[in-house]
Amino acid sequence: MSLARTETPGVRRILIGIALLYLALFIFMPLLIVFSTALQKGIIFYFKSLADFDTVAAIKLTVLTALIAVPLNLVFGIAASWAIAKFDFRGKNILLTLIDLPLSVSPVISGLIYVLLFGLQGLLGPWLLAHGWRIIFTPTAIVLATIFVTFPMVARELIPVMKAQGNDEEEAAITLGASGWKTFWYITLPNIKWGLLYGVILCNARAMGEFGAVSVVSGHVRGFTNTLPLQIEILYNDYNFTAAFAAASLLALLALLTLVIKSLIEFRFKTELKLVRKH
Amino acid sequence: MSIEIKHVVKKFDSFKALDDVSLKVDKGELVALLGPSGSGKTTLLRIIAGLETADSGEILFHGENAGDKKVKDRQVGFVFQHYALFRHMTVFDNIAFGLRVKPRKDRLSEDKIKAKVNELLHLVQLDWVSARFPSQLSGGQRQRIALARALAIEPQVLLLDEPFGSLDAQVRKELRLWLRRFHDDLHITSLFVTHDQEEALEVADRIVVMNKGAIEQIGTPQDVYHKPASVFVLNFLGNVNLFRGRIINGKTANLYIRPHQFNISRSSQGDNAIQALIKHINPAGASVKIELVSETGDPLHAEITQQEFLLLKLSKDESVYLCPRDITFCEYEI
Repeated sequence: MSLARTETPGVRRILIGIALLYLALFIFMPLLIVFSTALQKGIIFYFKSLADFDTVAAIKLTVLTALIAVPLNLVFGIAASWAIAKFDFRGKNILLTLIDLPLSVSPVISGLIYVLLFGLQGLLGPWLLAHGWRIIFTPTAIVLATIFVTFPMVARELIPVMKAQGNDEEEAAITLGASGWKTFWYITLPNIKWGLLYGVILCNARAMGEFGAVSVVSGHVRGFTNTLPLQIEILYNDYNFTAAFAAASLLALLALLTLVIKSLIEFRFKTELKLVRKH
Repeated sequence: MSIEIKHVVKKFDSFKALDDVSLKVDKGELVALLGPSGSGKTTLLRIIAGLETADSGEILFHGENAGDKKVKDRQVGFVFQHYALFRHMTVFDNIAFGLRVKPRKDRLSEDKIKAKVNELLHLVQLDWVSARFPSQLSGGQRQRIALARALAIEPQVLLLDEPFGSLDAQVRKELRLWLRRFHDDLHITSLFVTHDQEEALEVADRIVVMNKGAIEQIGTPQDVYHKPASVFVLNFLGNVNLFRGRIINGKTANLYIRPHQFNISRSSQGDNAIQALIKHINPAGASVKIELVSETGDPLHAEITQQEFLLLKLSKDESVYLCPRDITFCEYEI
């Protein structure tokens, strides 16, 4: 109980009411509309529109993109946070700033950077094309843009965890005869697993849901370079509302699933962080 | 296994952590590295373990150069200041770790590992905490588990970094006596870092006093206490009174006298006696500590036995004579 609490019960109720109303208006209502519109024409039509050739292709590309981007960013995230948390080196702050860059830059700009790099009028585009590599307006560009946009997600979760834990346990493991790999596998990884999982979940959600950067580099070739978010836009612009919302419901489900896993992890993570502090 | 350190230099940027340090630790010795923080003692310990590399100089284990050996091949048991127990493992798994990460051909069977861990738990008198996690143990228990874990790999050398640094006074005293007995039983070459002179004097066979990255003195506890090699050692190992005086041949000298080297009396005895006023008496403890002020206004510390104190019946604000029985250190000014 806080002794400093001076609000009357009435004020408290009003504040809680405002918060709940706000949530209902801006989160639950849209979610409800997504699902109700998706199911407007019945469950059969819902699954039929999801089974549409272009939509299936979009789902596949989205999953493929996440399957490439998430593991890469997982490796990058561990490497970067390890370097930042456990070593002192010149340019550490620059690396930290660069890791945050994708979060501070508008995704559209991120996409444009790739167009400028790999586009036909771009820096590397003509040379790559001459060697038979086409990047822009292909799934490759989508994967690249997604990696760029999502790469801070894992590192940002891990850096504070690793910093808090320090080097001692790894050094102890090495003096006990463990190799670098065994030290990482048996000591470091178990200590960061919840932070890592948390980062991966967020990274995945962002990778599947990314719109801006992907939209710029995709070229919107139906059945070929459309991810789920882009496909939703196309269906919507075609006045195919029910199909658009059916596809959108998949992303909404992903978001809900992410939230559930995230809060489960947060629960575990908190008890683990408490242990860390007690230790 | 003996350890020999030859001309080791280590710099961190422009800070010289170790400046040409040489030291030999004989097989089976228990040696203390004593010094204030920043004196380089922990750096030296970490270089011996291989956790840091020296900029120049050599480390010899049993006469063999250990410089090229990796940490994991040095057979060194290291006990960290903050224990560094693996927080996600039980006490049992912590101790078993060093045995389980061995290459398959050298690894003991799980049964033998179990027997060995239990034996170690018994050795550190903590059989009953085997299934607990480090966070469920007290500081003293964690330290003993850390020691058991380090001993599991049967190290040739045991290195302890401020082993009692983060324990409270009572546990600290118990544990350091325990460490001494423990070492007497196992006779493993051990080196421990401490900033606590009492701890070093009580536990070690020999003490290495360090200051600003260099060794000031190496010697037995008696030596460093009674025959300090420098003013630094003298000051670091206990209270001391400073007198400036002119010696017969006209040279100026600083005389250092430990508090317990004074006789106190009410009448002047001989030329050496110094008159002083008692300012404070602390009779709690094995000896009675008396703070005085000399005629010239300098503060003085004296220590006498309880018996002497009872005989003299000293009281505050009384004027007495201090007569030095001995001088610990004499520093001539040229």
